[in-house]
Amino acid sequence: MPRIQVVPLLEVVRETPTTMTYRFRADLGGQPGQFLMVWIPRYDELPMALSYLGAVKGITVRDYGDATHMLAAFNAGDRIGIRGPYGNVFRLQGEKVLAVGGGSGTASMIAAIESFAQQGARVVTAVGAKAANELLFVERANASGEVHIATDDGSRGFKGFVPALAEKLVEREKFDQILTCGPERMMKAVVDLARKRGIPVQASLERYMKCGIGICDACSLDDQLVCVDGPIFTAEQLEGSEDFGHFRRDKSGRRVAA
Amino acid sequence: MVDLRTEVAGVRLRNPTMLASGFLDETGGSMARVYEAGAGAVVTKSIGPQPREGYPNPTIVELDAGLLNAVGLPNPGIVEYEQEVKRARAAGAVVIGSVFGKDADEYATVAAKMATYGVKAIELNLSCPHAKGLGTEIAQHEDAVQEFTRAVKDVVSLPVFPKLSPNVQDITTFAVAAEKGGADGIVAINTLKAMAITPELKMPSLANRFGGLSGPALRPIGVRAVYDICEKVHIPVIGVGGIGSGRDALEYIMAGASAVQVGTAIISKGLGVFNEITKEMASLLEDAGFRSVPEAIGVAHA
Repeated sequence: MPRIQVVPLLEVVRETPTTMTYRFRADLGGQPGQFLMVWIPRYDELPMALSYLGAVKGITVRDYGDATHMLAAFNAGDRIGIRGPYGNVFRLQGEKVLAVGGGSGTASMIAAIESFAQQGARVVTAVGAKAANELLFVERANASGEVHIATDDGSRGFKGFVPALAEKLVEREKFDQILTCGPERMMKAVVDLARKRGIPVQASLERYMKCGIGICDACSLDDQLVCVDGPIFTAEQLEGSEDFGHFRRDKSGRRVAA
Repeated sequence: MVDLRTEVAGVRLRNPTMLASGFLDETGGSMARVYEAGAGAVVTKSIGPQPREGYPNPTIVELDAGLLNAVGLPNPGIVEYEQEVKRARAAGAVVIGSVFGKDADEYATVAAKMATYGVKAIELNLSCPHAKGLGTEIAQHEDAVQEFTRAVKDVVSLPVFPKLSPNVQDITTFAVAAEKGGADGIVAINTLKAMAITPELKMPSLANRFGGLSGPALRPIGVRAVYDICEKVHIPVIGVGGIGSGRDALEYIMAGASAVQVGTAIISKGLGVFNEITKEMASLLEDAGFRSVPEAIGVAHA
């Protein structure tokens, strides 16, 4: 059995000016927080979080480079290759959850937000973006609880970065855990906040990957591998990390600024 | 109790397992972790003179037969790589530095630099099946293997282990050439040149189209190669190809290998594979009446 499935896209949905969701039918399981290696034929293969679970799965991708730009031109009926799911899973702890998403990061958490709400948890989501038109999955998060919005330019909601909004929310209400995904420096601020407040936190990290299965070493974070040890890490795992929020590896393996 | 310690050309190992080059060895943190998980030594990613990005993805494909890869020798370059070797050594790891280049001079230059980082031996990647225009491709000729080995031997005082390709008519002639070039040991075998096609897309599954096959399918090919090489040379051999259990490792040792390397099995078994192999090997050796690994080396030739 080949580990790659080739699937036609059923639907392509524009979520924001730079972000698209691609839906496809695939029988491969998948839990909140896990990712697929997605082959964009002729261009690249990239790790992408599952933004929809169930029979018709989905990935939600920001157009940030050559391959994702090519993918943005794909239509229903075009085919991609997928393998996975890979990586660990967001775990529900307690009854009150704060999810803090920045930019396209909410795509990695939305399945957990929905799943935790279905399990009876109160889920408050702080969604941040540069501007109002880049806010992702506000309605979906709102349907699973409460949503607060931050924009860098103040075009909607709180004017400022989403960790500052998160700080206001944890001052107002006691949370049992925090989930976060977004730009790494944003996540570092959220992890630091959670640590300071003694709230357990799970952060979903992103790294360039070649294999996705724990051998190529491209996604290493200190001595952890984002593909198999992560992508979700706790504050304890990130404590003392020299790389988190500071360094990543480029395609040649050089340690460069994150 | 079976004594699992072994030695290859003066490199002392706590057990005969090594991490094969190309797996979890681009960063010092990962190499340290592999050593802590039980490997007797770790072989670095193949390092060249300059940073190199490698090929675009897809660079790996999992098949029933094993793992097909064409990663394309990505590496941070020998200068930057110093910090990775230091990080691994700080954790106590026995490190063997794998190097490549485009000609004998480049091999020698990179190896000489690598030698200053505190590695215990140099492995020469003469056999990567999917990197164009590098010594890995040029070394399809016995005289090139001899020349490259000699060039490196002339500039380092460490043991030098050329790693040979199975993609040749007769691998033993290459082993003999390496020995003539002054090699202190032979690593056999590298991956087998191979291809997979994705029928739904009517195209090869790897961006590079072809790559190197590793994993279980390679074991009988590697065992045969090691067995034959050991009949022709007087230097130690390190066996690699499809090893995922103590029994697999013993096949290579009984074929004549002094140590073995493990790579692809990490995918299915995780880093626990090193301890699993050494435990099973100890138990099998004990059952067969051996007291140490060296006693079992090459016994299948009798």
